[in-house]
Amino acid sequence: MDELIMVKINGMDVHFPKGKTILEVCKDAGIYIPTLCYDERLKPHGGCRLCLVEIKGKPVPLTSCTTPGEAGMEISTESPKLTRLRKTILELLLSNHPNDCMVCEASGDCSLREMAYLYGASLDRFQGEKWNLPIREDNPFITFEPNKCIACGRCTRICNEVVMAGTIDLVNRGFNAIPETAFAKPRSLKNCEFCGQCVSTCPTGALTDKKGRGKGRAGDIKKVKTTCTYCGTGCNFFLNVRNDRVVRVTSDFEAPVNKGNLCIKGRYGYDFIHSDERIKTPLIREGEGFREASWDEALSLVAGRFNAIIKEHGPDKVGGFSSSRCSNEENYLLAKWVRCAVGSNNVDNCARVCHAPTVAGLAQSFGAGAATNSLEQMSDIDTIFIIGSNTTEAHPIVSLYLKKAISKGAKVVVADPRKIWLAQRADVWLNMKPGSNIALINGIIHVILKNGWESKEFIKTRTEGFAELKAKVEEYDLDRVEKLTGVSRDKIIEAARLYSQAEKSMIVYGLGITEHLTGTENSMATANLALVCGQVGRPSTGIMALRGQNNVQGASDLGPLPATLPGYQSVTDPKCREKFGKAWGVTIKDKPGLKSVEMLDECAKGNFKALYILGEDPAHTDPDLHHIRKALDKIDFLVVQDIFPTETTKYAHVILPGASFAEKDGTFTNGERRVQRIRKAVGPVAGLADWEVLCKVSTLMGYPMPYTHPSQIMDEIATLVPAYGGISYKRIEKKGIQWPCPTKDHPGTTTLYTETFARPSGLALFMVLDHVGSGEVPDETYPLVLITGRVREHYNNGSQTRHAVGIIDLVPEELVEISPEDAQSLGIKNLDWVKVLSRRGEIKVRAKVTKRSQTGNVFMSFHHQSTLTNVLTSGHRCRISGTPEYKSCAVRIEQLSQE
Amino acid sequence: MSDRSKLIVTGKPFRFDQERDAEFERLVKRYPTRESMILPALWLTQEQEGWISAEAIAYIADRIGTFASQVFECATFYTMYNLHPMGRNHICICRTLSCWLRGKQEIVDYLKNELGLKPGEIGADGKFSLEEVECLGHCGTAPVVQVNGEFHESMDVDKLKSLLATLK
Repeated sequence: MDELIMVKINGMDVHFPKGKTILEVCKDAGIYIPTLCYDERLKPHGGCRLCLVEIKGKPVPLTSCTTPGEAGMEISTESPKLTRLRKTILELLLSNHPNDCMVCEASGDCSLREMAYLYGASLDRFQGEKWNLPIREDNPFITFEPNKCIACGRCTRICNEVVMAGTIDLVNRGFNAIPETAFAKPRSLKNCEFCGQCVSTCPTGALTDKKGRGKGRAGDIKKVKTTCTYCGTGCNFFLNVRNDRVVRVTSDFEAPVNKGNLCIKGRYGYDFIHSDERIKTPLIREGEGFREASWDEALSLVAGRFNAIIKEHGPDKVGGFSSSRCSNEENYLLAKWVRCAVGSNNVDNCARVCHAPTVAGLAQSFGAGAATNSLEQMSDIDTIFIIGSNTTEAHPIVSLYLKKAISKGAKVVVADPRKIWLAQRADVWLNMKPGSNIALINGIIHVILKNGWESKEFIKTRTEGFAELKAKVEEYDLDRVEKLTGVSRDKIIEAARLYSQAEKSMIVYGLGITEHLTGTENSMATANLALVCGQVGRPSTGIMALRGQNNVQGASDLGPLPATLPGYQSVTDPKCREKFGKAWGVTIKDKPGLKSVEMLDECAKGNFKALYILGEDPAHTDPDLHHIRKALDKIDFLVVQDIFPTETTKYAHVILPGASFAEKDGTFTNGERRVQRIRKAVGPVAGLADWEVLCKVSTLMGYPMPYTHPSQIMDEIATLVPAYGGISYKRIEKKGIQWPCPTKDHPGTTTLYTETFARPSGLALFMVLDHVGSGEVPDETYPLVLITGRVREHYNNGSQTRHAVGIIDLVPEELVEISPEDAQSLGIKNLDWVKVLSRRGEIKVRAKVTKRSQTGNVFMSFHHQSTLTNVLTSGHRCRISGTPEYKSCAVRIEQLSQE
Repeated sequence: MSDRSKLIVTGKPFRFDQERDAEFERLVKRYPTRESMILPALWLTQEQEGWISAEAIAYIADRIGTFASQVFECATFYTMYNLHPMGRNHICICRTLSCWLRGKQEIVDYLKNELGLKPGEIGADGKFSLEEVECLGHCGTAPVVQVNGEFHESMDVDKLKSLLATLK
């Protein structure tokens, strides 16, 4: 515990830990000090001079935001002199301010106005020059009214200090100083990320959200705190609702994960909620098309058909896909529905196609398949090892923590075949060949052991199987590793040194680890590395597997998996079966069911009869689409529940409308195991939330699910899933809790494995792994490697972001990223139309010539329905988890005639 | 003082000549971070060209490895960086507090009349350019005038007359 020191504030004794500024001490003690240039997310600036306080013995008032509290200080935060000074500062600001509060977008949410009111500032004490600059609306998201700018520098500082985007800076000086882009060019993707961080910090109406202008100000709206529906970071924010419509998203500065920070998708990706293209009623197939139906008709049909098929073919020919986009409660219900109403174990979720290898791999090495630490701890890392994660684009808010660590001097090692943003700023960029993860990590461990850089104590007391690992990595000398990975030996040695020698090193990985033939083994390899160096079980160490989707952690936790019941309790364990059998009143089958990819394989063979797909779009996002389509074509009865028509709904017999995250209560579990609330801000478009629909279907099928609110489902989960044992809606009302949280008085767990690992022996296990490489490697006919992934502006199959005003205008189409060398040898210029071909199919797309791609590699996302990238990807799958190898397949590119 | 954010685009690429290139590489070793080179690099540019174009700012940002917005910020903040071609004799008059109180306006008015130039303008013949600038740091000898970087202190109209006579 840090020693507490004491100061007197306004005559009152206040104790606090050393190192805080006077402003922070006052804030903690609930003492108000006015500020304009202060934002907790930024370094203290001392610019606005409003936070002046008087300190006994100091000749002049000092800015409390920059003055550290020292023992014995006697501080006054209010006095006639301070009031006079503050009033004058405000009056000077108001002398060049439009004071058009009647029509100002920020009215009700303006610090300047609040303080002018508080100090009774006069609007016309100082007469002088006034700005008369035009309003700037030269981009889809951010409106700038320069006349309202008070040049506090919050927007420019957040852009440079926090986001490190370098979009705006203060130009000119004195009276003319104003935040401006380089060369005063309009904002575009070339110079701006459109995260809106500048808007979130602006204390006046100078920067406002363009999309929400005129749609309701602070006084007119209801603010609903919720959790973001995009990536697995788990940012909280407020949906601003007026007349049953979401008109804007605003920051929640109390949010435990994001502290008010948001990215383009979180802040500006909400329009899909009210899109006209939403599915608004149940639809039943009729001939080639669909007809609208009532809920009663559609649900009777669904229940009747499922029951009939189960009766005719048995429950093992029937199954369900759950979704990481849906809530914990809905995932639990679908898992329960398949086990109880259907009677099989054929249930899976879309983690199968992303992070199933993490769940399987880390569970074998450590005992539990989840990220080991808290995101917040990232800012204190000494060495960051990023492998297979384009964090700044795929997880923008996680990357803010990494950026903070970098600005505090952390060393950065990036292993990635692409020269991503972080690679450009890395101390070492391991520019590996796709699919060479195990060889690279074995090589790094080889170097560590050779130099005696391992943590002998940790290996001895906390692990088992080291001798076998040592024998295996012996075989990975650097001559061999250089050949397998394409990375030069000096870089491998430096990476090994930086990772092993730092006090706190953390591995951050994404789908670049998991979406491979050896995905599960790759994740085990990262565990080996962490264990060898003892870089796990302490704050700011461990392995952070960045989860791709908002609730991929929760979907895995809560049972829609073929081999495990909720809480990773195995169906092969009689005790687990008995526990759930008793609670659910059914007999659980002892044989694991089929994985989602296997269910589709069986469909293609005509062996699988009926499927309920909740919020997933395999006909767009699964690899080797021709195969998937064939499979979906053959099912006797397919129910798809989704918020938009997708590639998959085209194959459905019944389409049920889903409710978006803004239309229902529930919880999501983020990538650091934090269970957080989502809240109903507007009513479901079609009248029912997904959990209500599942309850109705189940009840109609003869297995009643009489829940009336999702909180009851969570209460049931708490009785059955030990890690969620202490979770209830009441406890997570204000702040989410990180599992394991076994009891009602347990605070949750930020750092896993501080004492023991979750394996039966309490020790972590080294896994012996060999380089295998990718399932499909380039050859003469298909000489390039296609890597797929995400771009910052879009998300997954794009059904949400493509319906977001502005986002679709910024990034309207897919582009294949190709290196300048490959482009030149193929005669391709930037934005030329090309054809990308693989053994499975071909697509037409435009090329983006960029140094981000290394020679031999090309990159595409699969966000666009107009360019189905997964026509190209291969059917190779992780040998253990079945996760497809999205990150590597062989392609050829041909130039198309110029258009 | 005028808005300095509208840079001149020459349409021609900029790069340091050999001498400045070497000087840049010599100076960069002096500082803990490359960002520290923004101001020296702007000086080198001005030394080479007499003024700083949009292309030069982009070049400097690229050369240092920083955001163009940061170089742009510095270049527009410091009035001693010329963002357009100047007269052969570039006259700066301090307009900050001490000089203001000690009569800088008389000097400005005299030069306006005498040269037919408003602050911020360059004469058609390119002989003179005039600018009002923020504090030049010679408050003790205000008002102060700077011609091509050289200081002339405690100025008045008479002194100015004789100074102008020496300029070509």
